[in-house]
Amino acid sequence: MPEALNLIDDQRPAQRRAALAILDELEARSAFPGAHRLGVTGTPGAGKSTLIDALLRALRARGETLAVLAVDPSSRASGGALLGDRVRMRAAGEDPGIFIRSMAAREQLGGTAAGAHASVLILSCVFDRVIVETVGVGQSESDVHSLVDTLLLVANPSSGDALQFMKAGLLEWPDVFAVNKSDLGAEAARTRSELESGLAVGESASGEWRRAVLQVSARDGTGLDALQQALDAHRDHLSTSETLAARREAGRVAHVLSALRERFGSRGVEALGGATGVANRLRESGAGTFSLAAQLDAELDAALAARS
Amino acid sequence: MSIPNSADRDRPWVFRTYSGHSSAQASNALYRDNLEKGQTGLSVAFDLPTQTGVDSDHPLARGEVGKVGVPICHVDDMTALFHELPLDRMNTSMTINAPAAWLLALYVAVAERSGVDTQQLQGTTQNDIVKEYLSRGTYIFPPEPSMRLISDMVAYTVDAIPRWNPINICSYHLQEAGATPVQEIAFAMANAIAVLDAVRERGDVPEARLPQVVGRISFFLNAGIRFVEETCKARAMTEIWDRITRERYGVEDEKLRRFRYGVQVNSLGLTEAQPENNVIRIVLEALGVTLSKKARCRALQLPAWNEALGLPRPWDQQWSLRIQQILAYETDLLEHEDLFEGSQVVENRVRELVEAADAELQQVLEMGGAVAAVENAYMKQQLVASHTARTQAIETGELPVVGVNRFIETADSPLTEGERSILVVDESAERAQIEALRAFRSRRNESEAKTALQGLRDALRNGENVMPPSIRAAHAGVTTGEWSDTLRELFGEYRAPTGVTAARRETQGEDMKGVRDRVQQLATSLGRPLKILVGKPGLDGHSNGAEQIAVRARDVGMEVVYDGIRLTPAQIAASARDEGVHVIGLSILSGSHQVLVLDVLECLREAGLGELPVVVGGIIPDTDADQLQAAGVARVYTPKDFDLTRIMGEIVDVVSEPRAAA
Ligand code: B12
Ligand SMILES: Nc1nc2c(ncn2[C@@H]2O[C@H](COP(=O)(O)OP(=O)(O)O)[C@@H](O)[C@H]2O)c(=O)[nH]1
Ligand SMILES: [Mg+2]
Repeated sequence: MPEALNLIDDQRPAQRRAALAILDELEARSAFPGAHRLGVTGTPGAGKSTLIDALLRALRARGETLAVLAVDPSSRASGGALLGDRVRMRAAGEDPGIFIRSMAAREQLGGTAAGAHASVLILSCVFDRVIVETVGVGQSESDVHSLVDTLLLVANPSSGDALQFMKAGLLEWPDVFAVNKSDLGAEAARTRSELESGLAVGESASGEWRRAVLQVSARDGTGLDALQQALDAHRDHLSTSETLAARREAGRVAHVLSALRERFGSRGVEALGGATGVANRLRESGAGTFSLAAQLDAELDAALAARS
Repeated sequence: MSIPNSADRDRPWVFRTYSGHSSAQASNALYRDNLEKGQTGLSVAFDLPTQTGVDSDHPLARGEVGKVGVPICHVDDMTALFHELPLDRMNTSMTINAPAAWLLALYVAVAERSGVDTQQLQGTTQNDIVKEYLSRGTYIFPPEPSMRLISDMVAYTVDAIPRWNPINICSYHLQEAGATPVQEIAFAMANAIAVLDAVRERGDVPEARLPQVVGRISFFLNAGIRFVEETCKARAMTEIWDRITRERYGVEDEKLRRFRYGVQVNSLGLTEAQPENNVIRIVLEALGVTLSKKARCRALQLPAWNEALGLPRPWDQQWSLRIQQILAYETDLLEHEDLFEGSQVVENRVRELVEAADAELQQVLEMGGAVAAVENAYMKQQLVASHTARTQAIETGELPVVGVNRFIETADSPLTEGERSILVVDESAERAQIEALRAFRSRRNESEAKTALQGLRDALRNGENVMPPSIRAAHAGVTTGEWSDTLRELFGEYRAPTGVTAARRETQGEDMKGVRDRVQQLATSLGRPLKILVGKPGLDGHSNGAEQIAVRARDVGMEVVYDGIRLTPAQIAASARDEGVHVIGLSILSGSHQVLVLDVLECLREAGLGELPVVVGGIIPDTDADQLQAAGVARVYTPKDFDLTRIMGEIVDVVSEPRAAA
């Protein structure tokens, strides 16, 4: 498992080829719906890692196996990164049923890393549930949304947080909201109703699903059962409403687009017919997401070379 | 020369020596020796298992029993520790925090058994949890229940043990973690406010008793090498405390507003290179907190000349005690009124410190106070940043350190010749302690112990004070681990923020650029960026080195996994495997490197990672370093390797080197 993640991160040509082959194969063979993919986002310090730790304990006790992909920002000056989410995730201990991997966001501005899609694919072939923690910095919510089936937003019990989400127009992405640290007092209830009124007017990217705002405490376990139920309910909602397949496909398209955008900008993406163009290619070619991305990359390269 | 009448001299401060090791019996003998040499107060160092609430036979205690302090598991250990010491006349300071209520309960039980009235007991439990999260690392429970335990002790002692200082607000450890004087003042004040506010909110301490409570709050300060500024710092704190106690807590009685403090002088600046120079540093630092009568410390503890080499031997500690005695008895220091009265220079510096500290304190209070500023990592991040600035200044030479970055030429020192010039705790101490603990467990009345634990659990659930049921548990033969586990069940355990992730300050400079380029080249040949795991195995809480290494590794472009303190070797190996790192850096300062590093290597081999290069840093004597390298460690670093950028370059070498199959 760790070796596979090392391999897909490896940029040397031979390793890249080997990685693509593995990813194609895994994608083709992976069961549907397979592992539940849960994204957790929110401002730094909201308690995402602590809450994930609490979820790990609760879900592991139900017999699930779990993987966490924890993404932290990279330094723009040095390219280095400090990956510190494991500090709070002690549920793993020496239990092989829980796997935690930290990842630097590298040059990606959003909260997700370039290799995140491939990593989620690999992990979802092995574990019952894959949890992705990302830093909520505004641009990243739509990225994480495309990476997972269910997106959980964790908020601090402070009106500042709620207001910030609304202003930034982030409320459309999450499927479930949790105001954390309710052990700290009344502020949590206030934040919750602020978010609720924000949701009432805002639009939702998740269609029919009725989005709930929960009050939880990662510290003392309050609301954890309700949170688990809400997450499971969303997963069940997706599979029965058949939107899961559509959401996963949109996620694959988003991955190809963001990979291409990174090298060729929006002009390059337009040249391929934008999202619809890529979606069609993905459907027609029957190729795996990752090798299609590589193939389109090569096509654009060739087109550029021909022009110059 | 006229020899002044001793009646005209001020009474000296209390002379202490922070000590304890191996066993209660051995430490008792040491204390009695020290008292005979003229020490006037006791200062008990507990071992790390005791400080973190585990019994000597717990797996996490391995290699740590009796090492850096005395192991105390139960009332018989405590009895042996104070054997033939008159508790009613002793002034005992205990460096104990998360399990402070328990160690005080054991002390009370010993007093009660020997017929000493608890009203007579005098001393201090350190009991300051905020600075444990920020620097010292021996916390167990989350902030909220920890603050409750502290306020329980304050509320209990004010009547039951009125001469006890239930908490010592520590700024000492903040300076040891890199704090500037302003941070030291502001964070300590915020901490004291958090404690007093918690006591006030309890409701069981009558408003009229609050002044007494305030009067029992004492402080524990650091005194660094900039000793003039340190004098000003103590004066500034005296002034700020007087104001806070008057304005915030309405204390009218001036005596109860007095800023009472003890001191341990700075150790962070004591060097491995030319260690004899440390004696001069220690003397100057001691002056900083004794010169000014108005702001003189109540008790003083001095480290030894060989601080950066390892644990001090009795002779090393004696030398430091003699410094205090010469200062108090030979010099004319205690014959004068305040030397700085009317000094505009001192007054100006005090003003600057007061103003800057007030501003910083205000910032913390606006965040919600000390506890909030622990949880949101603000204070820890500030400390890491200050320490980064300090290490960089030493590297560039901007901050001169004689013998380290200036005047490094030296003749051989007779002090470090021959056998190790440090105390080495006998390996058999751990085994003996474990045997004694098991014997104790089998001779105690099991059902009494069980009942007492149940009583403790019930009392805590009902919100009752922790002290009475703890004292009953002490008498009933409960152990340190059992008491702590009972609280763990109720309160949970805590992991404090590491403060490194948000460290914004990036290091610049030519040699940095060189290493950064090499890190990038290596990424090309590795196929992905160089990923390093910085790990701290065992109970050791010294995080400064690991933090600075982690931040610098990030600044040269590495991807750094840092999981904080107190990991088991198996957890470190599992992290290394799951994270896919290229190299592991271990940091161990507590002296248990031999056991722990070998355990990590073994766990790595079991995980199929025997090839992964491992580098180690910390307080590691040369002979041990050789052994570690023979066991497969790639590089060993000690405090004399202050050039972090050079260390980073060598880590690049280590990863690039072809590894001989181990
Ligand atoms: C600062 C300090 C503290 C601070 C720690 C603050 C913190 N958060 O780190 C405080 C005041 C809290 C403290 C407490 C204690 N301390 Co202390 N402390 C020191 C002191 C003075 C300096 C250590 C330091 O931070 N140096 C600065 C950093 C940057 O240097 P460094 O860690 O050595 O790192 C350098 C190299 O070693 C190397 N390195 C280190 N780690 C790594 C890792 C990697 C991967 C690499 C590549 C390199 C590397 O590179 C660094 C750059 O130069 C030393 C003595 C000394 N002067 O060294 C004693 C010392 C380490 N402490 C000691 C003791 C006993 C304690 C206590 C256990 C006492 C007690 N009984 O309670 C407590 C409890 C601590 C705990 N929880 O474990 C002993 C250890 C004895 C031994 N080894 O046998 C020492 C040696 C003092 C002594 N002589 O008695 N301490
Ligand atoms: N009081 C309280 N503190 C919490 C809770 N959850 C997390 N925290 C604290 O909030 C801080 C940030 O937590 P962390 O999980 O690292 O946040 P992240 O940055 O969102 O991953 C830490 O100090 C946690 O201990 C909670 O439910 N209650
Ligand atoms: Mg996190």
